[in-house]
Amino acid sequence: MNALEYANPTTLKDAVALLGPSWNDAAVLAGGTDLISMMKDLLVSPRRLVNIKNIAELGGIARKGGALRIGAAATFDDLASSAAVRAEFPALTEAVLGVTSPQIRNMGTAGGDLCQRPRCWFYRTGNGLLAIKDGKSLVPEGDNRYHAIFGGGPAYFVSASSLGPALVALNAKLRLVSAAGERTVEAARFFVSPQTPEQREVDLRPGEILADITVPLVKTRNFTYEVRQKEALDWPLTAASVALTMDGSRVKSAKIVLGHVAPTPWSAAKAEAFLTGKSIDETTAAAAGDAAADGAQPLSGNAYKVQLVKVAVKRALLAAARA
Amino acid sequence: MPDYSWPKMDSRRQMGRRISRLDGMPKATGAARYPSDQNPPNLLHAALLTCPHAHAFLKSIDISEAKAMPGVTAIEVIWPPGRELQWQGAEIAAVAATSEEIARDAVRRIKVEYDVQAHLVREDDLGKAGNRAKPAGEQIDGDPDKAFQEADAVIAGNYNIAVLTHCCLEPHGQVIAWGDKLEYWPSTQSVSTIATDLGGSLKIPAADIHVNMDYMGGGFGSKFPADLWGAVCAKLSKASGGRPVKLFLDRATELQIAGCRPSVFSKVKVAAKKDGTVTAWQSETWATGGVGGGGVGADLLPYVHRKVPNRRINHTSVSINAGSARAWRAPNHPQLSYITCSAFEDVADKLGISALDLFLKNADYTNRPEVYRRQLNKAAELAEWRKLWHPRGDRTAGPVKRGLGIGVNSWGGLGHQSQVRTTIQPDGGVLLECGTQDLGVGTRTVIAQIAAESLGLPLNAVTVRIGDNRYPASGPSGGSTTVGGVSAATRKSSLNALDKLFQTVAASLGAPPEQLEATDGRIQVKGAPAKSLTWKQACAKLGTMPVSETGDSNVRRWREEGLMNQGAAGVQIADVSVDIETGVVKMNRIVAVQDCGLIVNPKLTESQVYGACIMNVCGALYEERILDQQTGRWLNADMEFYKLAGLGDIGEIVVHLEIDEENDKRGVIGIGEPPTVGTIAAIANAVANAIGVRVNMVPLTPHRVLGALAGRKA
Repeated sequence: MNALEYANPTTLKDAVALLGPSWNDAAVLAGGTDLISMMKDLLVSPRRLVNIKNIAELGGIARKGGALRIGAAATFDDLASSAAVRAEFPALTEAVLGVTSPQIRNMGTAGGDLCQRPRCWFYRTGNGLLAIKDGKSLVPEGDNRYHAIFGGGPAYFVSASSLGPALVALNAKLRLVSAAGERTVEAARFFVSPQTPEQREVDLRPGEILADITVPLVKTRNFTYEVRQKEALDWPLTAASVALTMDGSRVKSAKIVLGHVAPTPWSAAKAEAFLTGKSIDETTAAAAGDAAADGAQPLSGNAYKVQLVKVAVKRALLAAARA
Repeated sequence: MPDYSWPKMDSRRQMGRRISRLDGMPKATGAARYPSDQNPPNLLHAALLTCPHAHAFLKSIDISEAKAMPGVTAIEVIWPPGRELQWQGAEIAAVAATSEEIARDAVRRIKVEYDVQAHLVREDDLGKAGNRAKPAGEQIDGDPDKAFQEADAVIAGNYNIAVLTHCCLEPHGQVIAWGDKLEYWPSTQSVSTIATDLGGSLKIPAADIHVNMDYMGGGFGSKFPADLWGAVCAKLSKASGGRPVKLFLDRATELQIAGCRPSVFSKVKVAAKKDGTVTAWQSETWATGGVGGGGVGADLLPYVHRKVPNRRINHTSVSINAGSARAWRAPNHPQLSYITCSAFEDVADKLGISALDLFLKNADYTNRPEVYRRQLNKAAELAEWRKLWHPRGDRTAGPVKRGLGIGVNSWGGLGHQSQVRTTIQPDGGVLLECGTQDLGVGTRTVIAQIAAESLGLPLNAVTVRIGDNRYPASGPSGGSTTVGGVSAATRKSSLNALDKLFQTVAASLGAPPEQLEATDGRIQVKGAPAKSLTWKQACAKLGTMPVSETGDSNVRRWREEGLMNQGAAGVQIADVSVDIETGVVKMNRIVAVQDCGLIVNPKLTESQVYGACIMNVCGALYEERILDQQTGRWLNADMEFYKLAGLGDIGEIVVHLEIDEENDKRGVIGIGEPPTVGTIAAIANAVANAIGVRVNMVPLTPHRVLGALAGRKA
């Protein structure tokens, strides 16, 4: 880790003023569960750290108008223990509980979860975000058991976000604040699949802070199902978040978003279309799972993830229907 | 000469008790100071510069900028330009500085040029190893070809297991202050010999090196030598005017260079009769541990069942560009047990008989048929085999399939050379000193129990000091040799000291020394307990001079002495549930039946078995060194994707120690290693039993389990 400056602002306005026009100028520190390890590994070396944990306006989880507002600095533990979140959005609660380390739930924040960098081991061992060496990606011929099966490159990493799929399924919006003003983006558009190594995997610009997340309070049956190898802290191999708007016992419209299978949360449009007008049972849930896996392009070592998509979608749907 | 034999089982007061380890509290509270906790005044911190390439020649190295940094006190360049570096993580230089941060910054200012060479970092495809593959030559017993022709059933299988690393909680390293003499705080498995090793590198007498180590955070076979980083740390201290220097490997380097367990890949054929009797074994194995290749003791195949009459054994050692293998808790045995037990259960499946019956049938091929048969039956009882076992493939409804599988173990565990000094003070105090080490297993507690037993005292009346090379020497803790060695030596030194005390007090009790006994805190005349002195009264008669006597484990006459022995056996049965839709394996239970002779402390022994099983749940389900052939680099030199089990992943562990007169008579036998063997075999077999197909590579990750179910090659 390089020597650096540490700033501890108490207002969002002061915080954004401490950021700079390039990523190396400053990094936003919330829980630090990802950033600090990246700094230790010299993958990032910001000249300044801007701690946002003391900015009250970035915290809290509360109903506001027709939506639930989640402050970007709300911790995973705040989310896990929020009755409002559990009542309205079990998809979020389940995603949060998938982080099975109490230490990380205590420190890690909602905003940090969305802005954390991919865990791709080629990226983390210094080969750049797209893992390009001698003009080609290291992923297809390397050990790609944890990599993407959707998207077709050039990015093969998977989005590491636990909340991303659920927020996309729930039509959440993110508010991004900079010294110049603020903008709001849909969760679905926040995640991007970079085409060049210089691009990022999220639509966050230097100088911006993710301030809060707004989830519309629309009645849905929603749930998240993660396939993880370990009970102890472990990354999901595949996840599925679903949100169903019901018309009686039938699905009026479905949102099905996959996690850890693409550089972004991945909307399974075919499965969504398939479910419209159907009721959820073992057969339709399994068929939706099959439809969700349609178009997968597995790499040499991750064909198993196609099966995981099917089962994650099926189980998320059945759980949502029961919820 | 005193009678050193162990007291009879039913007359023991301290031995055999389930005493919690005496140093449990300081360890749990953090009061225990490990080598990496040592922070003597004026401490300097060191950091290593290591090679990022799998294979390269060192072209040039320029330390001028690093040396000029404020706070840097010394730089050691380990290799001159021209040196061939054969693995990522190979040490090149080290910096000592006033803070860890400065040391790390300085390492980054060292300019190194490499001449990068071609590398090989994967051994799974033997065809790609070229001249880096070294066949050991074929061994044949009997007539395997004939046996295969005449067999009722023949199975062929591949059983592969990845390289794993030791993952010591406390990484390798030490603190050294090299002033007039050398003060040395290593994290080591060998307090008494490591000074000789370090002294050899530094060309100074071992007698000038003082080793201190009260606690250490795990070694598992990887912490015997002083290592290059030990010598470098000493030189940095000397170059910094004798100031103490702390040099411990960071986690990535620890995984990369501080030892690993060889992989094994295998092609196995087994022939059997209808009734399950195995008639022939044929195996072609290959393995690597790193540049040094990988021998795995293939001549021990079929493991434990070595007396199978017809065998053809081939093994090829493959050298790859990766950090070297070191002994890993029962070197080779877990892999060999996995290959053998997997193939045996595949035979049982092919014959349509129970795996238990097959193992029972073939127990005659072992060195201890009766023991294995008894253990197989006991393990089956505890694992509810009759109720839970089914032919391969759980046919019940739903995606979660349950299965049972068997693994066996065998180990020596004879005590090593060890010397203990027992000192009895005129005030009644008793001090035990031994240059041994406690790897976390309870060595202190065992010494205290045996000393207290031998002197007829309560446990808290004796003080144990270990972890210092000024104490009487004791062997390295490897091969499950410590408990035998220190137990025998403690027994003898304590009885020798007691004998001296008897000689002093005999006259005042009006009986010859050989008529005296020590029991319940008194010295008394045998058969006339009214004639007695309290321990304190007796010791007071020593006047000004304490009694101080040594005793040693007699490795040449251990059979005659009968205090220690060798030969442990065990059977484990794993009970797993596998979700065939996700490929995730969950542990329900492991039953571990184990003999290990006279058991000094059943609780500590059980703890060893728990730890062994947990370590191998990790090996069976999670642990795997993953190297990238394109870059030659590690992909998971971390604790994030080099996975270990957490509490929720372990399941229940049921330990059954065979404590009885028969085993007790054998004397003390080590337990650290045997129960590490067989767990992986049992889990792999249980998964096959659950899902109906063999997953041919360990660890049994979802991608391999689903791959096997889908008929894909793992």
